Amino acid sequence: MSASEEKKRPVRWHIAVFLAPAVLVYTAIMILPLFGTLQLSLFREVEQQQVFVGFDNFRILFGDPRWSESFWNALFNNTWFFIIHMLVQNPLGVLFAALLSSPKLRFSVFYRTAIFVPTILSFVIVGFVWKLILSPLWGITPDMLDAIGLKSLFAPWLGKPEYALTTLSLISVWQFIGIPMMLIYAALLSIPDEVLEAAECDGVTGMSQFWKIKLPLVLPSIGIISILTFVGNFNAFDLIYTAQGALAGPNYATDILGTFLYRTFFGFQLQIGDPNMGSTIASVMFLIILAGVSLYLFGIQTRLRRYQF
Amino acid sequence: MKSTTLKGLLLASTLLCSVGLAYGQDAELIIESWRNDDLEIWQSKLIPAFEAKHPGIKVKFTPTAPTEYNAALNFKLEAGSAGDLITCRPFDASLALYEAGHLAPVTDLEGMKNFSDVAKSGWSTDDGSAQFCVPMASVIHGFIYNKDAFDELGLSVPQTEGELFAALDKIKEDGNYVPMAMGTNDQWEAATMGYQNIGPNYWKGEEGRLALIKGDQKLTDDVWVQPYETLAKWKDYLGDGFEAQTYPDSQNMFTLGRAAIYPAGSWEISGFNNLADFQMGAFPPPVRNAGDDCFISDHTDIAIGMNAKTANPEAAKAFLNWVGSEEFATLYANALPGFFSLSDHDVKMDDALAQEFVSWRGKCNSTIRSTYQILSRGTPNLENETWNASANVIRGTESPQDAAKRLQDGLSSWNDNHK
Repeated sequence: MSASEEKKRPVRWHIAVFLAPAVLVYTAIMILPLFGTLQLSLFREVEQQQVFVGFDNFRILFGDPRWSESFWNALFNNTWFFIIHMLVQNPLGVLFAALLSSPKLRFSVFYRTAIFVPTILSFVIVGFVWKLILSPLWGITPDMLDAIGLKSLFAPWLGKPEYALTTLSLISVWQFIGIPMMLIYAALLSIPDEVLEAAECDGVTGMSQFWKIKLPLVLPSIGIISILTFVGNFNAFDLIYTAQGALAGPNYATDILGTFLYRTFFGFQLQIGDPNMGSTIASVMFLIILAGVSLYLFGIQTRLRRYQF
Repeated sequence: MKSTTLKGLLLASTLLCSVGLAYGQDAELIIESWRNDDLEIWQSKLIPAFEAKHPGIKVKFTPTAPTEYNAALNFKLEAGSAGDLITCRPFDASLALYEAGHLAPVTDLEGMKNFSDVAKSGWSTDDGSAQFCVPMASVIHGFIYNKDAFDELGLSVPQTEGELFAALDKIKEDGNYVPMAMGTNDQWEAATMGYQNIGPNYWKGEEGRLALIKGDQKLTDDVWVQPYETLAKWKDYLGDGFEAQTYPDSQNMFTLGRAAIYPAGSWEISGFNNLADFQMGAFPPPVRNAGDDCFISDHTDIAIGMNAKTANPEAAKAFLNWVGSEEFATLYANALPGFFSLSDHDVKMDDALAQEFVSWRGKCNSTIRSTYQILSRGTPNLENETWNASANVIRGTESPQDAAKRLQDGLSSWNDNHK
């Protein structure tokens, strides 16, 4: 043994070789574009030439009253979009998962599938279908409300500035609720029976078993779901774009960072695209998401207690 | 025997080769466009007509979705992968392409002689010295109405604004039809078919438009605010839930016969002809008082230019010259009723509704949309803001005065003539 230890350890090429494809692909399609975007945000086009301007684009974005108003509006809307997801999607996801994991529930496979199906639909379909459902002209919502005598509650929700964003958030919740449900469901199933039996021996059953035993055990999964929701929401774009267009009407009430970025970067109708300001917004989005994820990783995840079985 | 077969084969293959070569020598032209609705017409009518006259040139029409067109085209041009012929949006979008060297000048082309200065204005440099696209068509704004509904209610075609509102009141009172088919969900109809449709009667067409560009008039002046005040009155005549009504919703509402009046652009004609099973008529935006001069928006909408880096400049020029010809003007105007030729040729059109629209050119003064030339160059973009403001005003969430002030403040923030 000692003789072989003295021998120089061979270079372990296989590690590099096995890592190479992933590293190369990830660098080419994620890291390089990310740094390209950051670099683009430090330049500005002056007479067909890219000129280095330092952080001046960021100063305009936050300092110019028009740019900053649009930006804060988009950020505020985005935050509201996220809050709705956190308040509706994730608690409902936990609830559905808890109901599904109950052995007494019949047709649980059917419910599981039905709730998960919207997740695999394309945004375009979801946006279009919901626009039709809620349409004041052809939609079934006014008729259904009429049938139960609640027609007065109907409003053209997608066209009213005060409701449009919340409506779209709920549509997005409808689409994605399957993901937290499945993750929590899997976490609930992985709780060993011994733990639950021990709890029952101690007289902890029913609701209190859920609150005192199961929920603490799935808390790490809920943490992961929250961070996925955060990243997903602050990168969101598709649903708003398909339902309300790039101008994110009515009166920019549904404008989130993604649509604001799209309009600025690619332009819209007569507005000519401005890749530099667009990259500036993209960089700020990146920083917001980075800050949120870091906060979670270092502030919350390290404090979550993990249980080993 | 064997050798003859071999020789025969060799001979055949050389022949085939030469045929292949001759075929390969055809210049292929690719057209970039946002008019994906027109694909069929290009393939079945326009391109065969051109190819019949110009053997050796093959043309391919490859449209992109309208809202993505500008962005996609810019990136293709920068990457060098764009087609040979570029369909041009009017004014600044194309001017920017010309200044960046992506579009070749077409000033000296033979076919350009057939266009007036107004027709060329959408695709000229600011000083008018150079042109970079050959004008194809303009669109005219007005109102299309359901003739059967008008007959049923005993209404006559409104000439003045007062008569229009009286007619709307009567339709509303009757209750069988939604008076006016328009929604604010997509925003652009409110600006394009609303504000830019009725506005020229207020700001006196070109007079007001040019004064606004020079900075002699402000968007907060009466003539620019009053169209918003009129638009605000439309709210009561739109369908239930118009806030969430989209552009296709409005089109369907009218062609299904559920609405009586449709604020329109002439581009709707061919679609409506196919869908509506009732008689349609059209009237220009009513004047404010009987006997006033009338003004219409006759907007230079579409043109075609040449990619400066095309591999087949001669073939592309041949095509552009053909676009300036009478043959093209007649083919295009009849294949797409509602897109009116900008050339000086006397174009015969068969469609009655299209004839009605184009007849207004004779009795009213033409102008183009006020926001398109120069004024939408900066940030905030006046055209986009006008969409937003018009939709807000119709929805009743912003007063005409506030909307006008907001637009003027935005314009003043970057336009030197308005500082």
